[in-house]
Amino acid sequence: MNKREFLNELRKGLSPLSEIEIEERIIFYSEMIDDRIEEGLTEEEAVTAIGSVYEIIGQAVTEAPTEKPEKKRSLKVWEIVLLILGSPIWLSLAAAALVVAVSLYISVWAVIISLWSVFGAFVGTAVGGIIGGIVLCTVGKALNGIALIGGGLLCAGLAIFAFFGCKAASKSTVLLTKKFFVWLKGRIMGKEENV
Amino acid sequence: MDIQLKRGLLDVCVLAAIKDEASYGYKIIKDLKPYIELSESTLYTILKRLETAKMLTVKTAEHDGRLRKYYHITPSGLKRIDGFLDEWKEILSIYRFVTKEDENE
Repeated sequence: MNKREFLNELRKGLSPLSEIEIEERIIFYSEMIDDRIEEGLTEEEAVTAIGSVYEIIGQAVTEAPTEKPEKKRSLKVWEIVLLILGSPIWLSLAAAALVVAVSLYISVWAVIISLWSVFGAFVGTAVGGIIGGIVLCTVGKALNGIALIGGGLLCAGLAIFAFFGCKAASKSTVLLTKKFFVWLKGRIMGKEENV
Repeated sequence: MDIQLKRGLLDVCVLAAIKDEASYGYKIIKDLKPYIELSESTLYTILKRLETAKMLTVKTAEHDGRLRKYYHITPSGLKRIDGFLDEWKEILSIYRFVTKEDENE
C-alpha cells in the first residue's frame, strides 16, 4: 500500500467523523509517513510502519467524541416574527383566558363565602332563638318559648356541623391555590432551564 | 496498568518530549521509544487531548517543501509536569513505606 492508497482508505473509513476531524487526521498521518520517508524508508515501508489502516480507523471512530446535538430549544426567527405579528390575536385570547381563570377562582371563593354566611346565619338564628325563647318563657308564653329554644338549639347544632364543613372547604381551597402556584412556578422555572 | 494512570503517564511523557523545545509527531514517537512504545493513533489522541486542555499549542511550519506541525508546550503544560512530579514524590514515599512493611514481615 502506498501513501495515497493509505490516506484514501483512511479517509473512507473515517467518514463517520466530521470533515474537520478527518482532515486533521489525514494531515497527521501524511506527515508521519513523510517523516519516515525522509529518514530513509521507502514509501511502502513507511506506510507499513504506521500500522494497519483499519486498526487506526477502528480506534479513531470509537474514540471520537460522539457529541450529542444539544437539545437547546431557542426560538427561530420566523417563530419570533409570527409571535409578534400574531400578538393582537393571541394576546387578547390570553387575556380573556386569564380573566376567565381569575373569575372562576373568585367564584370558588364566593361559594366558600356563602357557605360561611350560612354558618353565620345558623349561629345568629341559634343565639336569637335561644334568647328569644328565654324571653318568651319569662313573659309567660312558655310553649312558644320552648319551641323557639328548640329551634335555636337545632340551629346551633347545624352551625357546628356547618363550621367543620366551611373550614374544610376553605382549607382545601387554600391548599389547592398553593399547589397551583407551586406548579406554575415549576413550569416557568423549568421552561427557563430549557432556554 | 490502570487505564487512568496510563493515560496520565502518557500525557506527561508527551509533554516531557516537547518540554525543552517544540517537537513534531514522528520525533516525539522516536524520543519516547526507549521508554514507552507509542502508536501513531495513540499519539494523535494524546496530542488532541493536550491541545484541548491548552497544555500545548500547535504551529504549522514549513519543512523541506512541506508542512509539518510543531507542538509547543504551554505554561499549563509545564504545570502539569510539575504536578506529576509532586504526585509521584508522594506515591514514591508510599511505595517505600509499603515495601518496608513487606521487608519487616
